Amino acid sequence: MTAVFKREFKAYFRTPIGYIVLAAYFLFLGIYFSLIYSYGSPDLSSLLLAMSVVVTFTVPVITMRLMSEDRRQKVDQVLLTSPVKLSGIVLGKFFAALCVYAIGFAPAIIFEMIVASYVSVNILGFVYSFFGMLLLGAALISIGMLISSLTESPVISAILTLVVNILVLYMSSFSSMVKISWISAVISKAAFISAVESFGKNVFSIPDTVYFLSITAAFLFLCVRSLEKRRWA
Amino acid sequence: MIEVKSLSKKYGSYLAVDDVSFSIKKGEVIGFLGPNGAGKSTIMNIITGYLSFTKGNVSVDGIDIIENPEAAKKRIGYLPEIPPLYVDMKVKEYLYFIYDLKKVKFPKVAHIGEIMRLVKIDDVGNRLIKNLSKGYRQRVGFAGALVGNPDVLILDEPTVGLDPKQIIEIRDLIKKLGRNHTIILSSHILSEIQAVCERVIIINKGQIIADDTPDDLAKKLSYDNSLIARIVCDEEDMLKALSSVTGVKSVVSLGKKENGAYDFSITPMEDTDVRAAVYEKVNRSGKTMLSFSSDTVSLEQIFLRLTESGDNDEARRMLGIDTDSGQASEAEPGETVSEESEEKENDSSIQA
Repeated sequence: MTAVFKREFKAYFRTPIGYIVLAAYFLFLGIYFSLIYSYGSPDLSSLLLAMSVVVTFTVPVITMRLMSEDRRQKVDQVLLTSPVKLSGIVLGKFFAALCVYAIGFAPAIIFEMIVASYVSVNILGFVYSFFGMLLLGAALISIGMLISSLTESPVISAILTLVVNILVLYMSSFSSMVKISWISAVISKAAFISAVESFGKNVFSIPDTVYFLSITAAFLFLCVRSLEKRRWA
Repeated sequence: MIEVKSLSKKYGSYLAVDDVSFSIKKGEVIGFLGPNGAGKSTIMNIITGYLSFTKGNVSVDGIDIIENPEAAKKRIGYLPEIPPLYVDMKVKEYLYFIYDLKKVKFPKVAHIGEIMRLVKIDDVGNRLIKNLSKGYRQRVGFAGALVGNPDVLILDEPTVGLDPKQIIEIRDLIKKLGRNHTIILSSHILSEIQAVCERVIIINKGQIIADDTPDDLAKKLSYDNSLIARIVCDEEDMLKALSSVTGVKSVVSLGKKENGAYDFSITPMEDTDVRAAVYEKVNRSGKTMLSFSSDTVSLEQIFLRLTESGDNDEARRMLGIDTDSGQASEAEPGETVSEESEEKENDSSIQA
């Protein structure tokens, strides 16, 4: 797993992908920070939550070639004929992507420290929000990985992932369109954005943590199955 | 070392590998021969655990590839048809990655350095694989297969796209490695298999149609063990003289080939070696023999003969294998008894 992780992580910075993604995160974090700061609010939780739009558009870029590229270049042959478990391959790639994502949020910690040096801040609330964003990233990356494993084309993978991201994050916006009340309730609860927002309310939401973690685990498992299935095709 | 039992693989409804069985002993160098789409690569992909199979059993060093894939894969070094390379990596970096991936225990730098010297890529260690020529890429792939010094090497067309000098280098390397590795090599290049392999498995349409040494295959397919002699002589007299040699069944003149020299095709009786007697006869008659050779077919001709009809039963018949029982059939005209018995020995590995 570590071998795959190291390779994939470095691979992000061999191509412009890693730099572009990080640049997008840093840029928007900076813009949001200056906006929030100019309004005089010391609460950076809202800064993190505001990033969910950026996340929606960048995660597809992070995951698009994660699995599909191997297949296209036939490099999966070296992975699948090596004495490594499929789960090791999938997890290695997953954590590499998650690391890039997490690094993207690193400036938020610096911003929080800057703010904390001037005024008293709610550190715990910030930590919860940060954790919530990481969970959101993990869930979206696992979904993106599965999509990437289903196609040989990074472009198709990216577009599909973007569509799915928008759906799962913001499906609460469509809930009012559904007339059956319980379905509408499920949709608005299940939307990732609702789960992330609950972390922004200065609470450690255990149900939402379980929700994100189980989504992540389920999609990573499906990703392993998708690799396995290809062998049986 | 490698045991494949009644292996079948279906792609949808297409039967790519059809009830293939063979076993390879430790240290053997085997050639897989067959036209495009015969199922060579599929079989290799199955042995290495890249593909699954529909039916059958595959074990490497006694370890079942399905039950314990990690342990089995540890024993195999695989160079697929298209070398699986991360082109965005440098050569050395890629090999270090393979080293980590295979969890090799040897000292890293020394081990990789040794392999790079062996396949002669030590001069490109710090270059991006993307920028390497086909020949170098092929060798980097080969190096990847050698990482961890696995007992079994499976090489799918290792010399495709190389220049003649590189082909000879890789071939020599395979020969060298063959001394202490079990190797399966597939190739279209028949001379390569003839040069490197001790045993050839000919595959056509997903079935094994022959499994033998190159020499024995040649023997079986040259219908009679004819000899060709070129002698400076009078045609009629020599025909008579040669016919009188004991053990000679028939002599045919192939006509004048050089100034005053004729070629004769001499067919001996079954199970008889008439070479010494023929030579003696010509010598005693005071004529000069310019050349004397057996009329063997090359592996290339064998390959074409066995695969061109497209009918595997027909091919087996040519080799004297009964398609129903797997027993040697009635000897065809000109086939010797000794050949028949050899076929019986090989029956276990050739299944109809």
